Amino acid sequence: MRKVLQPILAVALGLALGLGVTRIAGESPWHVLQILWRSAFGSNYDFGMTLFYSTPLILTGLAVAVPFQAGLFNIGAEGQLTLGALAAAAVGALWPVMPWPLAPVLATLAAILAGTVWGAIPGWLRARRGSHEVINTIMLNFIAAGLASYVTLYLLKNPDSQNPETRPIGAGYLIHQFGVFGGAPVSLALPLAVMAAVLVWILLWRTVLGYEMRAVGQSEPAARAAGINPGRIRIIAMSVAGGLAGLVGVGEVLGNAGKFRLGFSPEYGFIGIAVALLGRNQPVGVVASALLFGALHKGAADLDLETEHVTRELSLILQALIILSVSAEGLWSWMKKRREA
Amino acid sequence: MDSNSDTAAVMATSTTAAVELRGLTKHFGSVQANAGVNLRVEPGTIHGVIGENGAGKSTAMKMLYGIFPPDAGEILVNGKPCAWNSPADAIAAGIGMVHQHFMLAGPYSALDNILLGAEPLRWGMIVDRKKARAELQALASRYGLAVNWDEPIETLPVGVQQRIEILKLLYRDAQILILDEPTAVLTPQETNDLFRNLKKLRDEGKTILLITHKLREVMSFTDRVTVFRAGKVTGEVPTAQTNPQELANLMVGRKVVLNIDVPPARLREEQAIEVTDLCLAGTVAGSRHKLTEISFSVKRGEIVGIAGVEGNGQTELLQAILHPRDPRCRTSGTVKFLGEDVTSYETLRIRDLGVAVIPEDRQQEGLLLERPVSENFLLGLQRSPAFSHAGFLNSTNLQKAAAQAVEEYDVRPRDLTLPAGKLSGGNQQKLIVAREFQRKPRVLIAAQPTRGVDVGAIEFIHNRIVRARDEGAGVLLVSFELDDILTLSDRVLVMYEGRIVAEFSRSEVSERELGLKMAGS
Amino acid sequence: MTAQLVASTLRVSTPLIFAALGGMFCERSGVINIALEGMMLMGAFGAAVGTLVSHSPWLGSVCGMGAGVALAAIYGLFVIRLRANQIVAGMAINMLAMGLTPFICKILYDVTGSTPSIPIAERFQSAPLYLSWGLVVICFLWMRYTPTGLWVSFAGEHPEALAAAGIRVNRVRWVAVLVSGALAGMGGASLSIFLSSSFSRDMTAGRGFMALAALIFGKWKPLPTALACLLFGFADAVQIRLQGVALWGDQPIPVQFIQILPYLVTILVLAGFVGRSRAPKALGTAFQEG
Repeated sequence: MRKVLQPILAVALGLALGLGVTRIAGESPWHVLQILWRSAFGSNYDFGMTLFYSTPLILTGLAVAVPFQAGLFNIGAEGQLTLGALAAAAVGALWPVMPWPLAPVLATLAAILAGTVWGAIPGWLRARRGSHEVINTIMLNFIAAGLASYVTLYLLKNPDSQNPETRPIGAGYLIHQFGVFGGAPVSLALPLAVMAAVLVWILLWRTVLGYEMRAVGQSEPAARAAGINPGRIRIIAMSVAGGLAGLVGVGEVLGNAGKFRLGFSPEYGFIGIAVALLGRNQPVGVVASALLFGALHKGAADLDLETEHVTRELSLILQALIILSVSAEGLWSWMKKRREA
Repeated sequence: MDSNSDTAAVMATSTTAAVELRGLTKHFGSVQANAGVNLRVEPGTIHGVIGENGAGKSTAMKMLYGIFPPDAGEILVNGKPCAWNSPADAIAAGIGMVHQHFMLAGPYSALDNILLGAEPLRWGMIVDRKKARAELQALASRYGLAVNWDEPIETLPVGVQQRIEILKLLYRDAQILILDEPTAVLTPQETNDLFRNLKKLRDEGKTILLITHKLREVMSFTDRVTVFRAGKVTGEVPTAQTNPQELANLMVGRKVVLNIDVPPARLREEQAIEVTDLCLAGTVAGSRHKLTEISFSVKRGEIVGIAGVEGNGQTELLQAILHPRDPRCRTSGTVKFLGEDVTSYETLRIRDLGVAVIPEDRQQEGLLLERPVSENFLLGLQRSPAFSHAGFLNSTNLQKAAAQAVEEYDVRPRDLTLPAGKLSGGNQQKLIVAREFQRKPRVLIAAQPTRGVDVGAIEFIHNRIVRARDEGAGVLLVSFELDDILTLSDRVLVMYEGRIVAEFSRSEVSERELGLKMAGS
Repeated sequence: MTAQLVASTLRVSTPLIFAALGGMFCERSGVINIALEGMMLMGAFGAAVGTLVSHSPWLGSVCGMGAGVALAAIYGLFVIRLRANQIVAGMAINMLAMGLTPFICKILYDVTGSTPSIPIAERFQSAPLYLSWGLVVICFLWMRYTPTGLWVSFAGEHPEALAAAGIRVNRVRWVAVLVSGALAGMGGASLSIFLSSSFSRDMTAGRGFMALAALIFGKWKPLPTALACLLFGFADAVQIRLQGVALWGDQPIPVQFIQILPYLVTILVLAGFVGRSRAPKALGTAFQEG
């Protein structure tokens, strides 16, 4: 009961605080909420865009949740997804003539592989060198951004565009977009992400490996005494996370842009932390909270046009406040105490 | 007020107690740690506070020291009621405490650790280390407590660290000294030094509260003793008018059987454990190696006990034989289980030979405290064919086996979904024993099997260990409790500073002899 | 050429030094500060607005520090009082700053991109540079020779010992977090009213994290941390200088590799490949007073 109630209360609290802020801008919070809702769910297209934003968030949420279960904090989904997308685009740009079913599969594998490698590095550093994954993943995000910028601007530059982007991928790489969403780029990437969530659930709760991951996350000495190699588990957990984040590239490159665009991600990796946290690091929760954050992102997009002073950045404020309210351990134990008293 | 000015004067006015606790009560969540504790300590005495682990003695002392406030009840110091907001208030009233886990920060100097919170100032803002050093030097030579002030704490031996803790109190001019289990990590010699100093301090008029669970210390060094059981005071007596048996009864609330009858061992030919020249490099206080050329063997069907004061390499030895591949655990030497050289094996493969382990730190190493009992039952067995197939868990089998084991080993409550952390210490230990015996052990490594476990569970666990031996397991027993060692072992090895320094057979072992060897003489 | 490079190195490392020193107080007291980036951003914005209103960079930087402190207070409330996970809350604080700055900018100036530009006479010419190095010396002396410096160190290394010595751990941490906000705010201020002529969106561009990296590289000590800032500042200055310069043929030099250098170095240091950096022992753990 508390498991479900607490995130809902946190969202309500975060929304209330965040909408309260709009008062400063001279807007009615109720009006803003209506715009948010309409813009996120008002039409097939709007809902499609919400789903489009939710798709990468499911994946980055999982990319945070899996290592979290193994006792690791993956702040590096942003870097992992950047390299995943870059790899998919690179395959598509370097070998543009490739038959259809093979092409997207190859690009997808490339995305997974690149993300996995980028995830494995901090896993390895933690396991073998004992350095903390939080700092390492933050640093690796910047390094990934630098690498992506180099590859995009120097190696794979699109000669026909002023934008910082790679050459377009071959036509055989593009994956199916669903027509019912009025042109919103909802592609096969969405079912792929949901399937990833299901697989993660099976991994965590039905396999020996998942049990070992959770054991390491609960108590490293206990896991070690039980014959589990915590270092190996950490590397695996971070690699899996990297692969999941890398999959973001599929929806973006194969399902939407058809190329890699620098800065395409509005910090999906960071929002993934919030998604995982709100979803209590459970796959089902991750999918649900990815939808919420996707809706917030899409909903806020129309604020610029429809209000005087409230801008789309409101979604950042709302997300921040929701994360803060979910994470406030002390707040919840205080409320619990009040209820008991 | 000033109780150290003149002992005679204090004795004359001893109607006011140095410390008086009246009806002290404290809850932590649903746990009642203290229920109406009354305690009276005369000034200028050493007052023992004794009780089993979890009896509430530390809780009461922490309230006296202002670490947390009581839910109800009164604290009087020198006759005056006190309401502490924090330790700062207690310190100001002349109370000092040496905690069981030393309150010292490793990378900083002994001097800074002592000064902390009581820094003398120059120009109103700069720490005057020179002045402090001079004052401390005077104190140290007066009590014969030599310390190197500028060394980082982490490089100093435990005995010296404790001296620093005591100097901390003297530096703050504490009149009432609380010492929480001060001898847990000391050798008998260091212990004697400590008590010599404590007596000196008492004779100068200071009041000392000694918290311990060791009867011997209470009997030899205190003037009066208060006994705790289950959050309450069950008795307060002058030490001269009591005896160990009476105190023990007050502690546990029923007649204690101090000797269990263990039938003689029927040794088998097969070796269970053979350790040869095991070394672990690394510096610890007093030695250049954590483990030095350790060799011993355990036959199937016998119990070999390893005695020693905490911190003399027992933990390292256990880690080395269970994780021989890990270079952090073993530098050189070989380990064999059941005749097989396992030095290059992974832990899981070692365990699969039939090696059961009751780990040293039950909560850290033995259990996943937030996970249900059933998942804890799986820990270490997760890859056994009974509970997994092709990488997937077989939860039906697991539930069945766990339910059966919980019944057989009397783990209460019988609820497989309860998080292991919610079980009592004794039941947690029984759960571990149940799980480990699921392997049908041919080798059993039992570390601190009775630490923090109630008397009923101790008996149960002792009996199980003996039964495992009689069913043919070779047992390596590591314990800081001489009771465990003397009751169960067929042979006793003594560890001191990372070496095995003595071996006794069951017939020739005596407590006195053991004590001497444990102290390194 | 060399003199210019030295000058620009000193200039671009100034915001890093302020922020890293701020981070030092916070982390030495046991509170992780991933939120430096956000505090800097708020500081940059506050300072720009303050200067535009008061026409004085000094008053402006006070506003910047105030904005940093305000954000730090929210951070402190969550991580100290409400025991939120410090990394999660830190990321949220960064997000909050990224959202709040354009949000308020829009209300004040009706644009989200940047504040109006500040006339050169009202900007700092070199004061923050000297100030930052003065501060390095002060922080060094503070940590080593004052009681509060000792308390901060113990709060991060062994908070229980500090509590047992009668000092309130969380009070020490509160002060450290607020000081951290003020210094990070000043770091932001030196971005907007010293190095550039206005606040622009997300203008910190990862400098908060770079300051954090310098802090780790500098082993959480004031002098080495300042030197690390200088090194990272040097990399930045070189990179700016080389941007668009052709090395051979008409191929421009890939400055990305210089940009990622500080982050790479931090990873190597943390992994013990280059020296060893040991964090305060209690870093990241909440302290619950009885």
